[in-house]
Amino acid sequence: MDTPREPPHEADEPLRLGSALLRSRLLVGTGKYASFDQMARALEISGTDCVTVAVRRVNLDASRGPSLLDHVDRRRYQILPNTAGCFDAATAVRTAVLARELLGTDLVKLEVLGDPKTLLPDPVGTLEATRELVSQGFTVLVYCSDDPRLAVRLEEAGAASVMPAGSPIGSGQGVLNPNAIRITLELVRVPVIVDAGVGTASDVAIAMELGAAGVLLNTGIALAREPLRMAAAMRDACRAGRNAFLAGRIERKLYANASSPPEGVVGGVVGSVIGGAAGETPAPGEPPLAAKRTS
Amino acid sequence: MVEITLNGVARDVREGTTLADLVDGLALPPEQVAVELNRALVRQGERESRRLEPGDQVELVTLVGGG
Repeated sequence: MDTPREPPHEADEPLRLGSALLRSRLLVGTGKYASFDQMARALEISGTDCVTVAVRRVNLDASRGPSLLDHVDRRRYQILPNTAGCFDAATAVRTAVLARELLGTDLVKLEVLGDPKTLLPDPVGTLEATRELVSQGFTVLVYCSDDPRLAVRLEEAGAASVMPAGSPIGSGQGVLNPNAIRITLELVRVPVIVDAGVGTASDVAIAMELGAAGVLLNTGIALAREPLRMAAAMRDACRAGRNAFLAGRIERKLYANASSPPEGVVGGVVGSVIGGAAGETPAPGEPPLAAKRTS
Repeated sequence: MVEITLNGVARDVREGTTLADLVDGLALPPEQVAVELNRALVRQGERESRRLEPGDQVELVTLVGGG
């Protein structure tokens, strides 16, 4: 990237997916918007560099009208086709091959789902399709359940990224099992992108604070009461969460730790300090806080 | 006439119809359509030379909004 968007104290590396370099770590879907215009504006406001699209049969009876590609600037966005709606590995592979023909990109977001009600990923079909697509030269970003061991298997199969679901697609339940995401982050080296279930800005921030390389969402913006405002919220949350992760959060502690100096309080006894200098260590002679008893 | 299955629906086409002809009849520009014949991709440059035969299964797909 020639012109970094961030000031030096917010410097970050781009997210690399195959040959694509993304400055924004928010990946945004193109489904469910009220209109193509609304979608285009939401994408722009979200700051995303990568948008997902789906492959579907052409409507044979439709008259010439605007199509999705007329509203997504391909010079500006990396287009990431998905295999959404596929319930077996073979159909997902066929869909990916058709997407590559349409877009000329080896990138694909693989989805092999178990059933239409839960839309939960089918782990066995997902692994099978990953192997096949990798053998056909695809850069495979794999939507999967939040199972750290499955993520390891997918990485071994050649996945370029694993994309565990925070919660079921479109459910807006957020990141249900942050510990599984944390363990996944420890076990695999490929980028881990939290995909699906993101309902609001804090869900994005939580995923990014855990150390996810990115977040992919669609419904959370598209079906918000004000999609454009939510696009801004998601953009800010992604950057906030990423910065918080890079900055390194403080440890969680059971007891308070004063931010203001404890000494010199008006009316206090000179020389008697509770809590110690700078509020860090107990003064000589003072018992540790945990050992104190107050009435 | 030649009976084929197009996007899952039975359809009669004139003899000699090519895959390129099928795509030309659509509301989309040809480059926004991908063609699968009997479960195998047919690249854009090869559509012209492939005439439809009885029983051919054709899928014509494009990109739509999705996550």
